[in-house]
Amino acid sequence: MAIEVSIPTILRTYTDGAKSVEAAGATLSELIADLEAQFPGLADRLVEDGSLRRFVNIYINDEDVRFLGGIDAPLTDGDNVTVLPAVAGGA
Amino acid sequence: MRYDCLLDSVGHTPLIGLPNLSPSKDVRLWAKLEDRNPTGSVKDRAALAMIEAAEADGSLTPGCTILEPTSGNTGISLAMAARLKGYKLICVMPENTSPERSQLLRMWGAEIISSPAAGGSNEAVRVAKQVAAENPDWVMLYQYGNPANAQAHYRTTGPELLHDLPTITHFVAGLGTTGTLMGCGRFLREKVPGISIVAAEPRYGELVYGLRNLDEGFVPELYDPSILTTRFSVGPLDAVRRTRELLELEGIFAGISTGAILHAALGVAAKAANAGEKADVAFIVCDGGWKYLSTGAYEGTLEEAEAALDGQLWA
Repeated sequence: MAIEVSIPTILRTYTDGAKSVEAAGATLSELIADLEAQFPGLADRLVEDGSLRRFVNIYINDEDVRFLGGIDAPLTDGDNVTVLPAVAGGA
Repeated sequence: MRYDCLLDSVGHTPLIGLPNLSPSKDVRLWAKLEDRNPTGSVKDRAALAMIEAAEADGSLTPGCTILEPTSGNTGISLAMAARLKGYKLICVMPENTSPERSQLLRMWGAEIISSPAAGGSNEAVRVAKQVAAENPDWVMLYQYGNPANAQAHYRTTGPELLHDLPTITHFVAGLGTTGTLMGCGRFLREKVPGISIVAAEPRYGELVYGLRNLDEGFVPELYDPSILTTRFSVGPLDAVRRTRELLELEGIFAGISTGAILHAALGVAAKAANAGEKADVAFIVCDGGWKYLSTGAYEGTLEEAEAALDGQLWA
């Protein structure tokens, strides 16, 4: 099962500079485990004590995973996952 | 309507039905035209409320200097109010904002301190906090953490929406300071059981997310995720496409952030229509498109517009 994961600039040191990588998993937590197997160290930058780090936002098909079950959010083949640092929006 | 002065005319904006964009007669979209505020954006509500709260608690006194990190609209609202009330305004503004915004700020008499483009509003907040620490007699209203910002929407925008659309089922707005969503959301949740509160967050180009490390990330102090039903990240291609559709199909000339909000609103409307539910989806038109004409969002193909917006703070 292939899910495309887009990686922000700040975490590309773990992916050899790749902007986007492929990973598998039926939930976000499984996906992150697969990412960790491919890119050691990445999971720790995303997750802390079993939940997403405060300044990390992850979106499944552009929807914030915190409203989709968080780390247990279900994934389906062909989904797009985007990882972004939380930043201040314009105002 | 007659008002004694411009500041008294903030709010009471029209709610306009969108028959051509609505999926069906049972699922209707409604646009709240916040560009009809005195300086042309929704930020007039928060700016005036923050100034009045600071006057009331004594932190803002005649002749004071106000300092604020802003990408444009809040600064423009504050500049107008500060001019009329006799305060000096200094705005910390990211340099990757459209020139119309800095030109308007200067016209209303504000002074601008530029913050680096990389890091976007994060950097503006960081620089403003530093400048505030160096100038303790300046008053930073700090829209990202000032309860008066959300309170303005709890007190005015929320009640206006419910009055004009008692059958409201969804409210969709942009997520920046989070003030509009927190204030309206809190009010509507108290009055309308089961209402959906939906956030549309702009997804910028990579430059804006160029933090030095993840711990420099930022979540506005006002943000309370329990108010929201869900939150969408909307990129410039969808935002521009929807901005143009709003003009072509409904005649409304809006800024690019409104396109992002409309994209999320159309998403929840389509979902309701597919489920065979009735829905009245209200969303915020934050401002008109005038201040963004120079960004390139309003001419050429969608792809050209997307490329032109890369690296700019378009919302």
